[in-house]
Amino acid sequence: MFLDNDDEKILAGEYGETRQKMMEILVGLGKVFGAGELVPIASAQIAGASYKTIGKWGLEWLNSLDARVAVPSVLNPIGMPRERWEEMGISREFAERQMAVIEAYHRLGVRLECTCTPYYLSITNYGDHLAWSESSAVAYANSVIGARTNREGGPSALAAAIIGKTPKYGLHIFDNRLPQVAVRVEMPEGNAHAAHYGAIGYLAGKEVGNRIPIFLGMRPNRDSMKAMGAAMAATGAVALFHVDGITPEVRVMRQRSRMDVEALETITIEADEIEKLFTDVPVDAVAIGCPHCSDRQLDTIASLLSGKTTTKPLFIFAARGVVQANRHTVAAIERSGAKVFEDTCMVVSPGMDRFRGIMVDSGKAASYIPNMCGSVARIGTLDECIREATA
Amino acid sequence: MEVIIRGRGISRGRATGELLVSSDPISFLSGVDPETGVVIEKGHPLSGISIAGKVLAFPFGRGSTVGSYVIYALRRNGAAPAAIINEEAEPIIATGAIISGIPMIDHPDTPLSDMKGGARVTVDGDSGDIVYEDQLAND
Repeated sequence: MFLDNDDEKILAGEYGETRQKMMEILVGLGKVFGAGELVPIASAQIAGASYKTIGKWGLEWLNSLDARVAVPSVLNPIGMPRERWEEMGISREFAERQMAVIEAYHRLGVRLECTCTPYYLSITNYGDHLAWSESSAVAYANSVIGARTNREGGPSALAAAIIGKTPKYGLHIFDNRLPQVAVRVEMPEGNAHAAHYGAIGYLAGKEVGNRIPIFLGMRPNRDSMKAMGAAMAATGAVALFHVDGITPEVRVMRQRSRMDVEALETITIEADEIEKLFTDVPVDAVAIGCPHCSDRQLDTIASLLSGKTTTKPLFIFAARGVVQANRHTVAAIERSGAKVFEDTCMVVSPGMDRFRGIMVDSGKAASYIPNMCGSVARIGTLDECIREATA
Repeated sequence: MEVIIRGRGISRGRATGELLVSSDPISFLSGVDPETGVVIEKGHPLSGISIAGKVLAFPFGRGSTVGSYVIYALRRNGAAPAAIINEEAEPIIATGAIISGIPMIDHPDTPLSDMKGGARVTVDGDSGDIVYEDQLAND
């Protein structure tokens, strides 16, 4: 693999032991994946923020490092909101260990945002190379924005953050981003909500696996594509999808005559398959914000809750920066009795384990909740979720 | 010094130990006891055997990415393999070996099935070479 002079010096240890180790990780993974060079990245999003995942030894490894990140870097969601963990029913023991992990990343210069939606916090542009970890964030960055990232593990994302580069292989290379399978969707009657797109993603991911799909016959907005990509990354291993006529790379691929949709295998998703997922099982809590809510979603939730009071626990999850930028909206939501939490979500927090049935507007959450929380998940549109929580 | 097997260096450094060969892939998370280095996965060819201090050869890693941190835990507990040989490196084992300072190579030009378990070998993670020490002593 080609390294420039500075990279060679880092590898030789001239910039300290931690940077040397981080360069060794990038070079080692570059060899594993056949990368020819390193490419500068615009930002990093680092997995391995949850104590539950990395444990005592992962924390010790983090504490052994001595360097600061070279590019804007944030973390994956963690198991609890940093300040309001008691309100979520989290034990003090868990909270203290979790805070130790966060502190270790803080020392390395990582911005303490724990979110799956880093694209709401700093501008991410078309064509930017990134080293992001969380599967739905990776799908959104690649697909909706047209930035380029592989799905990084914790140490590789941290190494990329500290060096400011990542090995150039996989989805960093245009030729590896062409669609491999077409998905024709027969949309249900009436308005298609983000939840419907989440359900489409839930179904499509199972068929698509780890291939790159192009969707035909739909016109989703950004929130809908967020929901669809997140669900596909959960039930399949989709890190990039295209939507004909919508996502930015489709036009480029057509201009370069690099796309022949007719020649691809086609999967069809029928309207009744989508509708079947909207079952009517009883629930004792409602959770919204998987992936974390956008400004627009918070606005919609606030207006749906206006003048209403919750009758069941209603949890809303969003990035800290998004909550801070929407204080009035968040206050309006919480006046109903709902809780708006930062840093965490319904999938990763042990605070959700006490519910038997959880209603969500997310195909991703519907896929993970049965295993991660041991409860039944029910999908509904945002309107239906709010109606259930205030019935 | 006679080179017996050539491979590709993945994690730097040199180490010597007794060669332990596994025909099956290894999942470090839940497959290896991080305190003792004993393989605890039921039905695994190395089940009940300690990998501590060995030059561990196996096809590739599998299972959770948290396996990288288990390798680090083994190292800190003095129960890590001395070196690792894989047929095909993948991110879990490569990352684990690098963060733990365990020499590692992959793509050996001799199949794992032809490697002599029990022999003393030295692995050089910089050059990618594996040297049989016993044979050298006899030469």
